Amino acid sequence: MFCLLLRRSAVRNTCKLISKQIAKPAFYTPSNALHTTIPRRHGEFEWQDPKSPEEIVNITYVDKDGKRTQVQGKVGDNVLYLAHRHGIEMEGACEASLACTTCHVYVQHDFLEKLKDAEEKEDDLLDMAPFLRENSRLGCQILLDKSMDGMELVLPKATRNFYVDGHKPKPH
Amino acid sequence: MGMGLLNIWRRGLYTSSARLQMIQGAKPTKRICIVGAGPAGFYAAQLILKQLDDSVVDVLEKLPVPFGLVRFGVAPDHPEVKNVINTFTKTAEHPRLRYFGNLSLGSDVSLQELRDRYHAVLLTYGADQDRQLELENEQQGNVISARKFVAWYNGLPGAENLAPDLSGRDVTIVGQGNVAVDVARMLLSPLDALKTTDTTEYALEALSRSQVERVHLVGRRGPLQAAFTIKELREMLKLPNVDTRWRTDDFSGIDLQLDKLQRPRKRLTELMLKSLKEQGRSSGTKQFLPIFLRAPKAIGPGEMEFSVTELQQEAAVATSSTERLPSHLILRSIGYKSSCVDGAINFDTRRGRVHNIDGRVLKDDASGIVDPGLYVAGWLGTGPTGVIVTTMNGAFSVAKNICDDIAANVFDTSSAKPGYDADGKPVVTWDGWRRINDFEIEAGKAKGKPREKIVSINDMLRVAGV
Repeated sequence: MFCLLLRRSAVRNTCKLISKQIAKPAFYTPSNALHTTIPRRHGEFEWQDPKSPEEIVNITYVDKDGKRTQVQGKVGDNVLYLAHRHGIEMEGACEASLACTTCHVYVQHDFLEKLKDAEEKEDDLLDMAPFLRENSRLGCQILLDKSMDGMELVLPKATRNFYVDGHKPKPH
Repeated sequence: MGMGLLNIWRRGLYTSSARLQMIQGAKPTKRICIVGAGPAGFYAAQLILKQLDDSVVDVLEKLPVPFGLVRFGVAPDHPEVKNVINTFTKTAEHPRLRYFGNLSLGSDVSLQELRDRYHAVLLTYGADQDRQLELENEQQGNVISARKFVAWYNGLPGAENLAPDLSGRDVTIVGQGNVAVDVARMLLSPLDALKTTDTTEYALEALSRSQVERVHLVGRRGPLQAAFTIKELREMLKLPNVDTRWRTDDFSGIDLQLDKLQRPRKRLTELMLKSLKEQGRSSGTKQFLPIFLRAPKAIGPGEMEFSVTELQQEAAVATSSTERLPSHLILRSIGYKSSCVDGAINFDTRRGRVHNIDGRVLKDDASGIVDPGLYVAGWLGTGPTGVIVTTMNGAFSVAKNICDDIAANVFDTSSAKPGYDADGKPVVTWDGWRRINDFEIEAGKAKGKPREKIVSINDMLRVAGV
């Protein structure tokens, strides 16, 4: 357990260093370099407040009911774990390992081009996402940088109605 | 430090909800029972615990061990998909959730008893049967369901003695969904790639002696209707030492239709066409052979006969032409269905699922009137389709309906309910599961595997301390 803590804090320190130098996307830890582009952290980094105003990146989440939540993130934050910190319902079932689509978001068009292009694996998964649109991305693949200040991320509506028996719902 | 903060924050939340419960003291705790500890059950529990401060959720599971198809369905070489277990574990360790493993609806406890003991019951016990081809000789030993084959390599109790015959060169898989592709990949993967997964030891041993060299993946319809998804196909195309061979005829005219397709279908079709164009450039000792426009017709010794089909409005219609494929082993992979485990469940036998509207179980199939307090989610309610996000969204939506119905007094929650009384019963608690989990992880270490699953129920119970 102690080793685990040590390792975690080591990873975090590296993150801190890197975010100071403006996050380089090519940051891997050896164990997950084979599978994902995004360093596999479990959201600890996103719980740290920005150290200086230069690090601050403000973004807005719009949930499936249209409720807007403005949050203060920082350079290097993963928008999936940032959402968790602020109680936004973005699930992240596979923990950013590119194996599901539960963190599917729509990115405001002006900001779409500011994001790193989706890699093939992300596009393959998006093909399975319900309510796919042109501006669909996986939240776990978005790391904030200064150019994303003011970005809006809209969560897709949860589900199609499934009237399995073909009946119209009746009021109780 | 970060984790510490997180924990304090969480504990704070629980304390405040406990306080709330004390203030509200007069109202009894809402008791909700979820039957089935798979993804639908855990996601529903997660939402209910979050939305209803004054609720206790009991999760009943037929097996001693939780997680359903995440443990017994997800392919062993897709460990990242199983990360969802971490979230389910957090839910299970919530102070207002109780887990009862080794407790089977229909045999250990009846639906009526659960309904008497809980304000609401949510059925999420999934789909444990499979659709049949309805052909003569289907009960022969060389025809097995892909579901059973998956259960076998994943260590589902009761599937360990399947003994699939892997001594022949040709395997035919009927069906082209992602289960079919998972099975093909397991049969064609280099053994070394599987040795570091949680594939059961007996399956690894059997696969090490496998003589299978060619896997036919047969579908009734054409490439534009293929049921597998692009991620799964791409994995097949990247398998070392495996040559994918398409039939050029299956693709005639397909390229002309590309522009009309939606993005997912278009990207999948483009990948198939690209692979078709490049085929023959590499060679492997094993072959993956997707075959379209063939409907199962007859099962013979060492072979399977198919009708050549034509597409009419996207439906496959058999012609008088036939084709025989060498098939030492036939794996049927044309869909799962649920079973009715208790006579009191309003079950749609034809579709293999529970009659419901938006997860509210119907009193009978004709009237469309719901049975207040009884719900269904996951494959038991929707039929066996979709990936984890589909099940998650569905379970959230049914769980929300439960919360809304309670708020609207659709059924009575004013009198206290006792919940299940597990005293003296051989149930596995969450602590029991943790002992099984620790034991499996420890057993896997020596072999470089994430875990070595316990397959016998008796062994599970012994390790759990029941």
